[in-house]
Amino acid sequence: MTDTDTTTDPEATRSVAFPQDRTCPYHPPAAYDPLRAGRPLSRVTLFDGRPAWLVTGHTLARRLLVDQRLSSDRTRDGFPATSRRLAEVRARKVALLGVDDPEHRTQRKMVLPEFTLRRATALRPRIRQIVDERLDAMIAQGAPADLVPAFALPVPSMVICALLGVPYSDHEFFEEQSRRLLRGPLPADVREARDRLESYLGELIDSKRTSPGDGLLDDLIRDRLDEGEIDREQLVSFAVILLIAGHETTANMISLGTYTLLENPGRLAELRADPALLPGAVEELMRMLSIADGLLRTATEDIEAEGQTIRAGDGVVFSTSVINRDETVYPEPDALDWHRPARHHVAFGFGIHQCLGQNLARAELEIALGALFERLPTLRLAVPAREIPHKPGDTIQGMLELPVAW
Amino acid sequence: MDDGTDTRTDTRMDTGMDIGIDKDVCIGAGQCALTAPDVFTQDDDGYSTLRSGREDGGGSPLLREAARACPVGAITVSERVG
Repeated sequence: MTDTDTTTDPEATRSVAFPQDRTCPYHPPAAYDPLRAGRPLSRVTLFDGRPAWLVTGHTLARRLLVDQRLSSDRTRDGFPATSRRLAEVRARKVALLGVDDPEHRTQRKMVLPEFTLRRATALRPRIRQIVDERLDAMIAQGAPADLVPAFALPVPSMVICALLGVPYSDHEFFEEQSRRLLRGPLPADVREARDRLESYLGELIDSKRTSPGDGLLDDLIRDRLDEGEIDREQLVSFAVILLIAGHETTANMISLGTYTLLENPGRLAELRADPALLPGAVEELMRMLSIADGLLRTATEDIEAEGQTIRAGDGVVFSTSVINRDETVYPEPDALDWHRPARHHVAFGFGIHQCLGQNLARAELEIALGALFERLPTLRLAVPAREIPHKPGDTIQGMLELPVAW
Repeated sequence: MDDGTDTRTDTRMDTGMDIGIDKDVCIGAGQCALTAPDVFTQDDDGYSTLRSGREDGGGSPLLREAARACPVGAITVSERVG
């Protein structure tokens, strides 16, 4: 570190750094072990040396994630940015996940009808069709294949395109921008990727106003934009978030979920023998993999917790991977167990920002993982597991590549 | 507020249950409908509502689980008195 920060909390000098890269892609870093063994609230050190609170206990997480004194507004002073990339772009407001109530409630209400459980159920046949088409293409191409571009990424990408009314033919463009937005590596990548996505979606919205389609963006243009309830800039901001959140996260769950199942053959055999276990297995994989590991908030008032005071302006980070392995809630938390009641995990978050697309994600994961192992019973890793790269700790967790054969 | 201490799975519901949904708090996550689909569903706007004829819970053993699954504590469940 070059700049001397005299305000650094003395405790931070001996606190754990957060985030860190995982060693095994489906377990929290071993360096988090002191956080798992200790109190439900710890101090950690962020990438820039600043201290932040880290919530690791399940009960405390459920309490604080509904506490309206913790803000999701990234533009606030004290926001605990977990990477240089995020720190440098946080001045730009992000729709839905970066706004507090009451604004958040108004935004969520506009898109909510498209993301109900009923809507996700209605989309299942279409998802199955997309999954089968991708598997047909991958099988026709022959083994080995990289499952990420062949299956894990295109499936959710096609689903969210169909839902939003974005042409899938543009997928290479928006997948690349999405990758830069979430992983950089440079802050300039993030800024430029967001600019490009915004201008792309802005033009798409303009063209839809003259020739409407039947996606969610078309509905929002007709019901909200044309009615003057939101402006073009707001709609573009919605579109960016929905498009990115709609495919990146699920793609990572498919790639990492597949890797995890292949590395746990006993559990995989159990699942194959009884497909009725699949919904519970998806829930357990969500808990175990906790791919969005680090929900970020800023305290707007002093908050008492665990005998300590979180001061107004302090950054608070929720480590979902550690919270979801709280052994007081999940006995033998590091073991995959399809029979445990995993449903109260916080992998989708908790509180008002809990994942809008979670019902769609569950449907996609059940269908994608179910069909993959049903149609390719001999699926295996094409190279030793240790050679397969996974994503760094400062972004959504998942596999960078997944070479498979069958 | 659900503080995680209530893990009862009381299936003796002869007298029915009082179920409250605070629609001003509900965010339409659908967790109640996912957990106890016989009792909860989502209305056209996406917010939680009770299925008709199941206003008393219909003896569902998953009522308290559904309330606990709600990410914003919008659901209250209590035993009907009398």
